[in-house]
Amino acid sequence: SLQAKMSRPVQAQRLEGIDKNIWVEFVKLAATYSKVNLGQGFPDFSPPGFLKEAFVRALSGENHMVHQYTRAFGHPPLVKILAQFFGKLLGQELDPMTNVMVTVGAYQALFCCFQAFVEEGDEVIILEPFFDCYEAMVRMAGGSPVFVPLRLKAPTDGKLMSSAAWQLDPAELASKFSKQTKAIVLNSPNNPLGKVFSREELGLLAELCVKHDVLCISDEVYEWLVYDGKEHVRIASLPGMWERTVTIGSAGKTFSITGWKVGWTVGPNRLLQHLRTVHQNSVYHCATVGQEAVAQGFQRELELYGKPDSYFIQLPKELQQKRDRLVQSLDAVGMKPIIPEGTYFLVADISQFKSDVPDVPDSSEPYDSRFAKWMVKNKGLAAIPLSAFCCAAHRSSYSHFLRFCFAKEEATLKAANDILQRWKQEKTGP
Amino acid sequence: MLFASRSFCYLGVRKYQLRTDLLLRCINISASATMTFRHKNTRRIEGLDSNVWVEFTKVAADPSIVNLGQGLPDISPPSYVKEELAKAAAVDRLNQYTRGFGHPSLVKALSQVYGVVCGRKIDPLTDILVTVGAYGSLFSTIQALIEEGDEVIIIEPFYDCYEPMVKMAGAKPVFIQLRYKNDGSSASSANWVLDPAELANKFNSRTKAIILNTPHNPIGKVFTREELQVIADLCIKHDTLCISDEVYEWLVYKGNKHIKIATLPGMWERTITIGSAGKTYSVTGWKLGWSIGPQNLIKHLQVVHQNTLYTCPTPLQEALAQAFWIDYKRMGDPDCYFHSLSRELESKRDRMAQLLQEAGLKPVIPDGGYFMIVDVSTLNVDLSDVDEKQPYDYKFVKWMITSKKLSAIPLSAFCGPETKRQFEKYIRFCFIKKDSTLDAAEVVLKNWNKQPA
Repeated sequence: SLQAKMSRPVQAQRLEGIDKNIWVEFVKLAATYSKVNLGQGFPDFSPPGFLKEAFVRALSGENHMVHQYTRAFGHPPLVKILAQFFGKLLGQELDPMTNVMVTVGAYQALFCCFQAFVEEGDEVIILEPFFDCYEAMVRMAGGSPVFVPLRLKAPTDGKLMSSAAWQLDPAELASKFSKQTKAIVLNSPNNPLGKVFSREELGLLAELCVKHDVLCISDEVYEWLVYDGKEHVRIASLPGMWERTVTIGSAGKTFSITGWKVGWTVGPNRLLQHLRTVHQNSVYHCATVGQEAVAQGFQRELELYGKPDSYFIQLPKELQQKRDRLVQSLDAVGMKPIIPEGTYFLVADISQFKSDVPDVPDSSEPYDSRFAKWMVKNKGLAAIPLSAFCCAAHRSSYSHFLRFCFAKEEATLKAANDILQRWKQEKTGP
Repeated sequence: MLFASRSFCYLGVRKYQLRTDLLLRCINISASATMTFRHKNTRRIEGLDSNVWVEFTKVAADPSIVNLGQGLPDISPPSYVKEELAKAAAVDRLNQYTRGFGHPSLVKALSQVYGVVCGRKIDPLTDILVTVGAYGSLFSTIQALIEEGDEVIIIEPFYDCYEPMVKMAGAKPVFIQLRYKNDGSSASSANWVLDPAELANKFNSRTKAIILNTPHNPIGKVFTREELQVIADLCIKHDTLCISDEVYEWLVYKGNKHIKIATLPGMWERTITIGSAGKTYSVTGWKLGWSIGPQNLIKHLQVVHQNTLYTCPTPLQEALAQAFWIDYKRMGDPDCYFHSLSRELESKRDRMAQLLQEAGLKPVIPDGGYFMIVDVSTLNVDLSDVDEKQPYDYKFVKWMITSKKLSAIPLSAFCGPETKRQFEKYIRFCFIKKDSTLDAAEVVLKNWNKQPA
C-alpha cells in the first residue's frame, strides 16, 4: 500500500550502518584549521616527471582514441605489463586477459572482491587496526566482520619500538576461523601501523587459509614502500595460496599519483572472472589516459628494475629519510613514535605527552580523537586518531595513538617540527 | 589432516616450522580441494556474467572492419578539452585525491550549468554526485535506493546494463515496450511510443522506480512533454522514483527539445538525473558522469560512492570543470559545443540515413542521440543454417562483420527475455564517426548486392 511504502525509508538496507565515515569529518577539520596536514594519506611532493610526461604525451598525441573507451577489464598495454611484472614477482605465468583486472583505484578492487565473494552468512576476518573501508564494504555485502587485534608487545628497553612489535596472537587468530569464514583481509605493508608482515607471520596466515579453505584478499598497495632492507613478501607466492588469493595494487601509491585512481587485481582466473562480473555491472570501464601513462611508467620500471634509478628504489629511499625526520621530531617532544617498517604512515603513542587537551570525564569519544581534533584546531597540525581504524567495540583499546603521514616535502616536515617544538616550549615554559 | 609442528614463545620472536613433507601434503590437499572449490560467486551476480559488449567489441576490434557498433566517437574531442587536461596534469595538487563526492570546481560548474537548464538553484555539495561515468551513476543510484522486494520499470528496448544492475540489487525488472505506431509518416523515433494504459498497469505498490532514458538509446526517441507528463503522473500517484538517464541531452535534432522530467511539477523531489562527460564532450574514455537530485536522495548515492570507489580521478574532473566554464559562458551561442556537436551530428545522421535508404533499407530516423536502428529483414539474408539458439539479429551482425566487414549491434541485446524475438530484425548503427568512416560504410552498403570476391 502507498501508506506502507511512504513509511519505509527510501534508501536500501545495505546502507545501514555504513553512512558515517571518519574522513568526512577529519578532512573538513584539516581543510578548515590545519597549517600542516599530516593527516590524510597522500604525497604533497611532485609525482615523478617521467610519469607526468607520459600522461601529457598520451592525451595530446596523434591517437585521440586515448580519450575513448578502452578494454573494460584493463587497457591492453597496462594489463600486459602488469602481467609481466607481477608474473615475475609472484613466480607465476600470468595471462594479461584473465589474471589481471584494472580498477578505479585499489578501493574499487576491494569493492569488487567483497561483492563477488561475500554475502549474508559469510564471515570475513579483518586484522585490527584496519583501513576503514574494509569493515564498511563487508557490511554492505551483507557479511559479518570478525576482528582480530594486533597488539603492541611491551618494550623491553627504553628504545623506540618498531612496527614489528605489533603482533597477532596465533591461538587467538586460529580461534576466529569458523565454517562461516569466507575470507581474510590482509594489508601488508599495513596502514595505519606501518607493519610489514614477516614471512613467518604470513606463513601462519597462509596455513590457516589453506586449512579452512578461506580466500585471502591481500591489499598490498604500499608494496614498494619498505625500509631498512626489509622484504615485502607476497602471500600469493606462498604454498597453496595462489589459487585462493586476490592481490591488490595501486598506481596511486606506487607512483605518487593518488588522484589518478588506477588500481589492479592479480589472481587466478577462477577468482578474477567473478571480479569481472562485478566490474562490468558497476563501472565497466576505467579511464583510458591514466592507464596508458601508468603502463609507460611500468615499462620504464621494468627496464630499470633493481637499478639505482628505479623509482621503486628511489622513492622508499627518500621516504625512509622523511620517516626518520618525523620520528626525530616526535620523539624530541615526548610523543613516542613507533618506527614503521613500511608505508608512509607511522603511529605515535601520545599517552606520555603531557597535553593541554582538556579532560572530559565520561566522554564516549576516545581520547585520541579528542586529542587530534584539539591539536588541529589549536596547533594547526593535522593527524588521524588510531581509534578511527578500529571497530566501534574496540576503540577504547587503541585510544592513545595518532597516525601521521610523512609523504611530505621537507618544508612541510620542517613546519611540523616547528609546531611541535613550539608546543613543547609552551608547556615547559618559564 | 594438516598439522604443523611449531614452537613459539610469547616474549620474543615467534617462529614455526613446517616440515617439507607436510608442506607437500598441504599442496596436495589444496590441489584436491580445487575439485570441490567452494568459492563460487555470490548470489547477487549469478547469471550476470555475459555481456553483449564483451562479445561484439572483441569481434569488431579488427581494424579492417568499419565499426559502427559500440557507441564511441572516432572523432576528436574539442582541442580546448585536451588542453585543459594537460594544464591540470601540470599542477601537483591535481594529481592527488580530491573531494570524494566530486571535485569542488567541477560540482560548482555543474551546479551553474544545470541551474540554468533546470531553472532552479542546485547546491553543488548536496545535490550532485560525480561518478565514474553515467554507468557509475546508474550503479550508485540503484544500489542506494533499490533492494529485494522492489520492482523497477524498464522501458524496452533499453541500454543493456539497466536489467543486470536491477537484478544485482536484488530487485525485479518489469518491462514495458515502446511500440511502433504507424501513422503513415516515414519511420521516425517519434513513432515508437508507450501505451499509457499498459504503462499504468505496470505500476503497483512494489514499484520503487522507473528508469527513463531520453534521448533514448538505441531508438533515438526524444520523449515529448506530454509523454513525460504521463510518466510523471504515475510516479506521483504511486510515489515512485524516477531514474532519468539523460546522457544524450545535448544531442537533439531540429524540431525537438530535450525536456528534463525533473522539471515537471512534483518530480524534482523524486528524480535522479544522470549526465555524462563522455557523451557531452566526446570523451567516453574519461569515464566521468554525475547524478543530480534532491539532497535527501543524493545523500544515499554519496554513501554508496564512499563505500565503492570513494573518489574519481582529479585531473580529469578539473579539466572537465574548465571545459564547462568555457561552454557555460557561451550557452546562448551557436558556438557552444553543446550546440555545435548537435549540428555536426545531425548532418551525419542524415548522411547515415541516406546511405541506408540507398541500400534499400528503412532506417528509423532518430530525433536525438547518435544511434540509428534499421529493420534488416528486407535484405532477406538467410541464416537458417547458422546456430539457431541466437536471435536473428545476433546472427545477422556476426555474418555482416565477417562477410561485409561492417559492424553494428543487434537490437535484441537491448531487450528483456520476453521481447527479444520481437526486435530481432533490427540492428543498431552508431553514427558519431568521422567522414572517412562513413565513407567506408558507404562503400560497403553500395556494394552490398555484389558477390563477395
